[in-house]
Amino acid sequence: MKNLLTSLLAVLALAIAPAHAQELFPSIPKALGEPHPEGNEYWRINHPALLAHDRDLVVLEGIRDVDASLVGCVVCHAVNGPDQGPVPMPVDAGSPDNSCQVCHQFVAIEIGCFVCHASVPSKEDVAMILPQYSADDEGWRDYMEDLAALQEAPQ
Amino acid sequence: MTSPLHKEKGAELSRRDILKSGAALATVTLAPGVTLMAFGGKKAAAGEDMPADGLKPGARWGLLIDAAKCPEDCSACVSACSAELGWENNGLETDPQWIRKVTLRDKETGRTNSLPVMCQHCESPPCVDVCPTGASFKREDGIVLVNRHTCIGCRYCMMACPFKARSFVFAPVSDQKSIAPRGIGTVEGCTLCVHKIDRGDGTTACVEACTATGNNAMMFGDLNDPESEIAIAVATYASVELRADLGLNLGVRYQNI
Amino acid sequence: MDRTSYRELRFTPRFWGLVVILGAFVAAAGGIVLYVEHYGHIVTGMNNQIVWGVPHVFAIFLIVAASGALNISSIGTVFGKKDYKPVGRLSNLLAVALLIGGLAVLVLDLGRPDRLVMAMYTYNFTSIFAWNILLYSGFIGIVALYLYTQMARGVPEIAQKSAGMLAFVWRLALTTGTGSIFGWLVARQAYDAAIMAPLFIAMSFSFGMAVFMLVMFMTTGISTRQFPVALRTRQARLLGIFVAVVLYFTAVQHLSAIYVAEHAGVERFILLEGGIYTLLFWGGQVLIGGIIPMIILFSKQAATSGRLVGLAAGMIVLGGFAQLYVIIIGGQAYPLEIFPGFEVSSSFSDGVINAYTPTMLEFGLGIGGVALALLLALGGMKILRIMPDNATE
Repeated sequence: MKNLLTSLLAVLALAIAPAHAQELFPSIPKALGEPHPEGNEYWRINHPALLAHDRDLVVLEGIRDVDASLVGCVVCHAVNGPDQGPVPMPVDAGSPDNSCQVCHQFVAIEIGCFVCHASVPSKEDVAMILPQYSADDEGWRDYMEDLAALQEAPQ
Repeated sequence: MTSPLHKEKGAELSRRDILKSGAALATVTLAPGVTLMAFGGKKAAAGEDMPADGLKPGARWGLLIDAAKCPEDCSACVSACSAELGWENNGLETDPQWIRKVTLRDKETGRTNSLPVMCQHCESPPCVDVCPTGASFKREDGIVLVNRHTCIGCRYCMMACPFKARSFVFAPVSDQKSIAPRGIGTVEGCTLCVHKIDRGDGTTACVEACTATGNNAMMFGDLNDPESEIAIAVATYASVELRADLGLNLGVRYQNI
Repeated sequence: MDRTSYRELRFTPRFWGLVVILGAFVAAAGGIVLYVEHYGHIVTGMNNQIVWGVPHVFAIFLIVAASGALNISSIGTVFGKKDYKPVGRLSNLLAVALLIGGLAVLVLDLGRPDRLVMAMYTYNFTSIFAWNILLYSGFIGIVALYLYTQMARGVPEIAQKSAGMLAFVWRLALTTGTGSIFGWLVARQAYDAAIMAPLFIAMSFSFGMAVFMLVMFMTTGISTRQFPVALRTRQARLLGIFVAVVLYFTAVQHLSAIYVAEHAGVERFILLEGGIYTLLFWGGQVLIGGIIPMIILFSKQAATSGRLVGLAAGMIVLGGFAQLYVIIIGGQAYPLEIFPGFEVSSSFSDGVINAYTPTMLEFGLGIGGVALALLLALGGMKILRIMPDNATE
């Protein structure tokens, strides 16, 4: 409830803020894949409740074909960071550039999810959520290049 | 291949659909006999009317382990589990162990024997009875799991488990598998590869690995489906439960201990 | 009629000194909780075989002693012994304080203490732990009500008696619940015995009385109040009987287990070959916590020497810790019998005695719980009229 209220306030603030004050607010990285049909505002406000609802379907009832899956968040909303080692990787939830963290740090709400869940997708995760990428090195390279292009594009 | 865990589509409407389909599943289960047969067999065989998702109603997933076929120096099942689910045991007392190889020596006769032990997926699990928050729970298809979203880390389930099937996460974890989230301060254990069962693989990582070695000491299947290989095997040959004196009715059975 | 007059404790240098010392222990325990929550339980001595360690020894001691501390009040109100009436209020206050101290340790040792609220809204009614949440919170409420009936003006005698009766029955249920945490564990050879519940009730009578007497000594030490000699002597005798009852239940517990061949192994471990556990059992529980204090308390000198009685009470507390250490940790140290008739070995400590080396962190957390309980008791005596005034004696 508290989380909901805070995010509601944050989103409201974003909506009514005058243009010149925009720099005060976090710039949320763009995401891959189809946009949410309900719109970003809906998801920004409701994602905690949607995730909590669907996680119970998955864990308790084994219904895995759900709309609000954390793997989905992690794959589409990935942000590529400075190259780490030979294989480029998106940043994990420890980084302030992470999509979730950009907002969560702004509203000062700790993310509980990534204590247990992976905050960086695997090749298989990417191929499962976005079938245009194959679950191999080539698919991963394409995915990372598309992420990079997305973030270099003007907002 | 595997069915997707996630589909990109409208949230509200399809969510309701899912709930509805869940309800339909439950109703169908109430009809006896015929439905069981309808749900038997591979997921690929499922017709158009059958929802492609959710647990199989009326199932009792289990394992049959033949100790006579399990060589003492083989631990393929343990390595496979570790790789599939992303836990690592380096021999410390605080390291996790979801499945372990146990070597037995008969005190009277001296005969030695070896077998894997994991969560036995009891029908009446003591861990579920004692869990204060209900985080330790049994799915309708008999798989005993920890819901880490509600686990408070009291470790009472570890005190109650007769098989030492559970581990506690003693330190922060990173690099988890997306199919097996795990994290500090909560309890974990064998999931019977529930992620594979849900997507219709019809096997577990340990059984796959055991079969790949050629030892064929492990078998996975639905004990409630009379047509299944495992049900036929337990109906034909002698098998035992560990700690049968406790009357817990285990999902894992052993032969030739 | 109860004509005792009660007054708050005064601020004295000794009072403040004690508050500072206890506060330091509580603060240290708070730091330990944050440290363990950040790094995980890896920094403690607990592991996948010994999942409950020293914090649980302290927590369960305090919870058991809490229900026992209430007995002094019950003896006065329910059983009508006049000598006990003036200290009834302290008995109630101490019961609540000890319970809160014990629960704090238990709760702060959780893997995810931040999620404690889960235990309030996701509830599993087959869990004894979950029942205990109700029993413990109910206990605090009922004892608070009981204290009110003792302290408020114009409350009819019958109300006080009823509240006392309810509290007495509730405390028996509570200790049954605590004992059943272990008694109903079918998996482990050292537990799985119905006698755990009555054993824990006997332990609560003994530990609770001993702690109560030590708190009386402590309070009289930092104030001008006195521990009435008649009460002290009566309590000492009763305490001696309670200690004997604990020894009796312990004897029955072990004798009945020895008789069953299945349990012979664990009994040999605890009673003969268990190293530290055997030492703590015979030296700690039986000798220091049982036979010696019993001899002291039944001796003629106990009637005249407060010191001797205090010594005996202190020994009973130490013996109590030893007993719980043997029950909780010794019970886990003995390997689970998954394959009867076989010698077993594995990479996960099958068939071997499980090792446990407690760390200072765990002792720090446990002692912090004791300090919190005493601090709460002192605070209560400071702001409420708990302690009888000597002027009217």
